[in-house]
Amino acid sequence: MNNETNDKIRSLGSPFRGRRGLTKRIMPCLDIKDGRTVKGTNFINLRDAGDPVELGALYAQQGADELVFLDITATIEKRKTLAELANRIAHNINIPFTVGGGISSIEDVNALLQNGADKISVNTAAFKNPSLIKNLAKEFGSQCIVLAIDTKKEEDGEWYVYLNGGRTKTETRCIDWAKQAVDLGTGEILLTSMNHDGTKQGFALDITKQLSEELPVPVIASGGGGTMDHFVDVFEKGLADAALAASIFHFKEISIPDLKNYLINKNITVRI
Amino acid sequence: MKIAIIKYNAGNIRSVLYALERIGYSALVTDNENEIRNADKVIFPGVGEARTAMNYLKERSLDKLICSLTQPVLGICLGMQLMCNYSEENDTVCLGIFNEEVKRLLPSPSGEGQGVRSFKVPQIGWNSIYNLKTNLFKNVDENSYCYSVHSYYASLGEHTIATTDYIQPYSSALQKNNFYGVQFHPEKSALTGETILKNFLEI
Repeated sequence: MNNETNDKIRSLGSPFRGRRGLTKRIMPCLDIKDGRTVKGTNFINLRDAGDPVELGALYAQQGADELVFLDITATIEKRKTLAELANRIAHNINIPFTVGGGISSIEDVNALLQNGADKISVNTAAFKNPSLIKNLAKEFGSQCIVLAIDTKKEEDGEWYVYLNGGRTKTETRCIDWAKQAVDLGTGEILLTSMNHDGTKQGFALDITKQLSEELPVPVIASGGGGTMDHFVDVFEKGLADAALAASIFHFKEISIPDLKNYLINKNITVRI
Repeated sequence: MKIAIIKYNAGNIRSVLYALERIGYSALVTDNENEIRNADKVIFPGVGEARTAMNYLKERSLDKLICSLTQPVLGICLGMQLMCNYSEENDTVCLGIFNEEVKRLLPSPSGEGQGVRSFKVPQIGWNSIYNLKTNLFKNVDENSYCYSVHSYYASLGEHTIATTDYIQPYSSALQKNNFYGVQFHPEKSALTGETILKNFLEI
């Protein structure tokens, strides 16, 4: 963290500094293809803006609480590349991180955890084969299993599960799949609203709140965060345990230290 | 300095190894009695389930070995819990180094009639540590944040050297003689965690 940020934090003084209790988490997400960050960033101070490890380390230094690395590569060599990436991240970053993207077997997960990933996220493969969650939980423990759900609100007012990066609609309601997956051993839910993703109009508060209230596991809200007030809303009204965002951090529209200071001033407990 | 990380059937061992490397130390991951006994510092990590882990330790006589160590030993997460007397997790008799029982965190609604689970279990994320005692927390501010993932906790007691509030106050660190234990993951707790690891290695 830079001096200016430290000064800002100091100036807040008590009672906000070091408030007790579990904090809300801010999680930047990095999309990875062939071991490189894609979608671009606006950090001119990075030697290599495409290096996910360097970008991740910068976020960790700025106060990110966890990182998510989502692999969108579609090659056979992927597993090896991703495991190597996890290894580099684990060697260089001092906060927890999740790796996801195309994970479909115990072997995939074992390779990632053995290389230092703290958690893995599963999506389509788990929906098609729910016993994957059960087997992963038995083998590695629920604490490392994040279920990613892409969901969309249809005209009938219900939120449905989508697969394959949002390309394939299912007839299953988001809440039903989430409950089933938690019963099978999912440790956290990463919920992305397709209606909100990329809009910067705010997170999906209704479905986030429903999942957070009805499930015993933490809910990470994703999709739609565009302003600092959107984060206030997703924590206060959406009851999210964590909020994930990508481009607003990559393009420095919102900095993590500023966001955390803003949340503290709104009486939301975050780590500084 | 020779650092041994006890190898057993629990997760996160690599994470501890990499964290030590980040702060400039190398360590040996081993279940060999001599290597562990001859180390200057021993780290007993762990993410997993108490009974399975205890059975594994007993089968390899690592249980007796750990209890007999005289150099500084640091238990992390499940490692700390296994150093207590007993864990409610599958009714497991543990190593009995710390005179504490490990109990299950019970989720509680907020009580505002909304059915909101304000306390989820496991506790996952960053929480503050306070009432810090001993050199393990040298240069660590009161109410610093550490990262934890756990469903069970040790109560406050005579060996408590750090406290955290979740549902109720609990021991986020314990110490007795040469034995130290932390419920949180220093290897994942950013600069605070690195300071705590360095402090342990300098004890």
